[in-house]
Amino acid sequence: MANTPDYNWPPMEKRRIIGKPYKRVDGPQKASGRAKYSSDLRPKDLLFGVYLTCPHAHARVTSIDTSGAEKTAGVKAVHVVSPAGTEIQWAGTEIAAVAATTEEIARDAVRKIKVDYEVLPHMVKEDDLGKAGARAKAAGESVKGDPDKAFQEAEAVSEGQYGIPVVTHCCLETHGMVIQWQGDQVSLFPSTQDVTHYAGSLAPNIKVPIANIHVKQDHIGGGFGSKFGPESWDQVGADLSKKAGGRPVKLFLDRATEQAIAGNRPSAFAKIRIAGKKDGTVTGWQSESWATGGFTGGGSPPLPYIIDTIPNQRLHHTSVSVNAGSSRAWRAPNNQQASYLTCSALEDFAAKIGMDPMEVFDKNVAYAPKARVETYRYQLQKAAEIADWKKLWHPRGQGGTGVVKRGLGLGFGTWGGGGHQSQCRTTIHPDGSVLVEIGTQDLGTGTRTIIVQVAAETLGLPLGAIKLAIGTNDLPPDSASGGSTTVGGVSSSTRKSSMNALAKLFEAAAPALGAQPEQLEAVDGHIRVKDNPSKSLTWQAACRKLGVTKISEMGENQQRNPMGLNTSGVAGIQIADVSVDTETGLVKINRYVAVQDCGMVINPRLAESVCYGAIIMGIGTALFEERVMDEQTGRMLNPDMEFYKLAGINDIGEIVVHLDIRPENDKRGVVGLGEPPAIAICAAVGNAVANAIGVRVPNIPMTPDRVLAALEGRNA
Amino acid sequence: MSSRKDHAGFSRRGFISGIGLGGGAVGTGLLEREAAAAPAPANVAGPGPAPITLTINGKPVNVTVEPRVTLLDAMRNYLDLTGAKRACDRGVCGSCTVIMGGKTVYSCSVLAIDAQGKNIETIEGLAAGNNLHPVSAAFVNHDAQQCGYCTSGFVMAAKGFIDKHPNPTMEDVKRGLGGNLCRCGTYMGIRQAVLEAAKEMKGGKNG
Repeated sequence: MANTPDYNWPPMEKRRIIGKPYKRVDGPQKASGRAKYSSDLRPKDLLFGVYLTCPHAHARVTSIDTSGAEKTAGVKAVHVVSPAGTEIQWAGTEIAAVAATTEEIARDAVRKIKVDYEVLPHMVKEDDLGKAGARAKAAGESVKGDPDKAFQEAEAVSEGQYGIPVVTHCCLETHGMVIQWQGDQVSLFPSTQDVTHYAGSLAPNIKVPIANIHVKQDHIGGGFGSKFGPESWDQVGADLSKKAGGRPVKLFLDRATEQAIAGNRPSAFAKIRIAGKKDGTVTGWQSESWATGGFTGGGSPPLPYIIDTIPNQRLHHTSVSVNAGSSRAWRAPNNQQASYLTCSALEDFAAKIGMDPMEVFDKNVAYAPKARVETYRYQLQKAAEIADWKKLWHPRGQGGTGVVKRGLGLGFGTWGGGGHQSQCRTTIHPDGSVLVEIGTQDLGTGTRTIIVQVAAETLGLPLGAIKLAIGTNDLPPDSASGGSTTVGGVSSSTRKSSMNALAKLFEAAAPALGAQPEQLEAVDGHIRVKDNPSKSLTWQAACRKLGVTKISEMGENQQRNPMGLNTSGVAGIQIADVSVDTETGLVKINRYVAVQDCGMVINPRLAESVCYGAIIMGIGTALFEERVMDEQTGRMLNPDMEFYKLAGINDIGEIVVHLDIRPENDKRGVVGLGEPPAIAICAAVGNAVANAIGVRVPNIPMTPDRVLAALEGRNA
Repeated sequence: MSSRKDHAGFSRRGFISGIGLGGGAVGTGLLEREAAAAPAPANVAGPGPAPITLTINGKPVNVTVEPRVTLLDAMRNYLDLTGAKRACDRGVCGSCTVIMGGKTVYSCSVLAIDAQGKNIETIEGLAAGNNLHPVSAAFVNHDAQQCGYCTSGFVMAAKGFIDKHPNPTMEDVKRGLGGNLCRCGTYMGIRQAVLEAAKEMKGGKNG
């Protein structure tokens, strides 16, 4: 091949499959219960693994006796995770695990394990920084411009304290895997966001060559950033399987352990002061923030969020260590927190000077990165229009004389979402069948569907003509599905491998069409001459020219050089329209409007679904979700789904998603959407509640008790 | 939450009694003692594995399980009926929903031995082969699924709901499907799917 194919996306008007709202290709499997998740697998001779976990938030294991478990009939293997001497730093930590012929026997057996602990003092709450003592680590002060002068000279100064708690990922499929270690081979069926790298990370821990570890995952029951791995339980499961003579072991966390240890989002609290002019221009920012991400601290919301070129700033952040499970990436890490803190403070500033926050936000997005200032202004206008802001917004607290007050609030978000490193192989067989292979995973975002759409578009074939293989580690390497990077990565690698394969097919078909390969195109199941479409071969006829040799071509998306196929960086504006019952404190979402910046959208139906999902998850965090820790016992009080509340079908109001599909955005190539629309919800809902009831409810979630406390002037 | 005194307003005891766990725990203890004192009835099963017969999708299925095994675990761990999922495992999320004796139930909260004698409809019985039941088809049409882990339960809950409410309004759907939870946030599609499925089923053969 002399020429490199032109990988560029076809122009908008020429696309037949990209940009169309196809139904997800694995929809029928999932909607009929036939889709098999790793937690559904029951290979022959399966053993059930169960963990014993630590009930103390801080303790030292002084002795452990597993003989009772070992003697239990049906128990095939016991593994001690935390031997005598281990210091435990949070409740729920794994102490030992048992594999038995039934789950019931395994549960009985772990209860027979005797563990003695030396219980040590713990600290599990960080909402009051004054009590954190030595557990608080200040990051030091960072100053820009002259904040003291800005505050002295300010025409108006607003201040407030805001907090957003630790929430959990609460994946419906808990963390775990089915694993079989037989001889020198390991078969592993995980629940992971990173099929490609799973074996490589596990191999050194169990001392098995990567090549001998076979990873397979068809479906994953939720990840949201908490399931990269491999995890300690993969090693434990491997050991149990080996000890049990190579029988497969299923080890998935129970719900309580999942909630306590398998992932959460760091909290964030801040005292924020804003200095500004009466025309709405912010001139100074001062924040003292603190957060916890578990025992090792962590959680550092980037403040001020988006409007980070405010000329005069003083920032002070403190990381607090608590005896609770570690944080993990949670759908746009640190961004929800930063958005909530920043937008709340900005809205309070608007209220202080008696201005419409729409104008204050519009003015101050001037401090956003230059490339996106105009996008935010466009989006503010668009969102205001859809939400009927002009008609429905009122100055803070003027929500009518009735018991139920209505209010509107704003929030903003930003994210990257450029494509990750990805390789794809497209194989065209002499009988015309096509196989596309990538070692990726479909988190439910529609990855399978968009890969097939890109291949079908590129090869001029219908969707059904493409066979797809994903989810195993013997396929061309992809990357972890995190950071909204998958869609950009897999669509670009698929585009390239399919263009490369097609170029080979053109070479084979060109002589029969009496043309040069570069004169050919693939359209509607035919290979034809571009300027003379009557000269054409059917796809099958063209593929027969291959004789007995298939075409198998690779394509790679290089993260650093996406060649215009994908890009990074999106903005978003969201508006919550809420009603608050001032007698019960109940907050109800009436309408929720999201204007979402996007690049080229491969499937608008799936893109919209992802946005809805992100917003609904956000509404859960804004109204209901919170990890409640008990100071006395050091345990999580709500490690379940009854008191750790997710939003239900009747809690979300009407959601309106406006995907900003315009030619100037389309030109940017593909951008990931998994995280961007999940960022601004707490901010928008919190601001809407303040707008409705006239006072700030400082802490998320906006539960009735907090709303009532704020109304009564109590510190919520 | 600044002084010790403030915490009295939200003590663990208050929290637990407020949510009803305290009463439940005491009750369980009493029941255990009473059970220990009472003579065993003649038809007692267990505590070891006991053979039982479940009627699943109209067919008798024999399985030997301990009496404490839930219907959900019997299906998933003993029978390879894995459409119903275990997510909360405590009768909240509905991922394990099946229809038993015409009633929508959480199979994680029904003991398998208690499920004998009633027809248990599971998602596996809704349609044969590659066919789709109208509810499943409507879920596909409206993209009412993402990761899909809650989807089987939602489909069964929707089927049970439509069986009882053949002409639902949107408001009915929002209330009627409130017993199931989705973490990916697919409710917008589910609302539309249930309305469409109700229409489909009324018009046709699958009602």
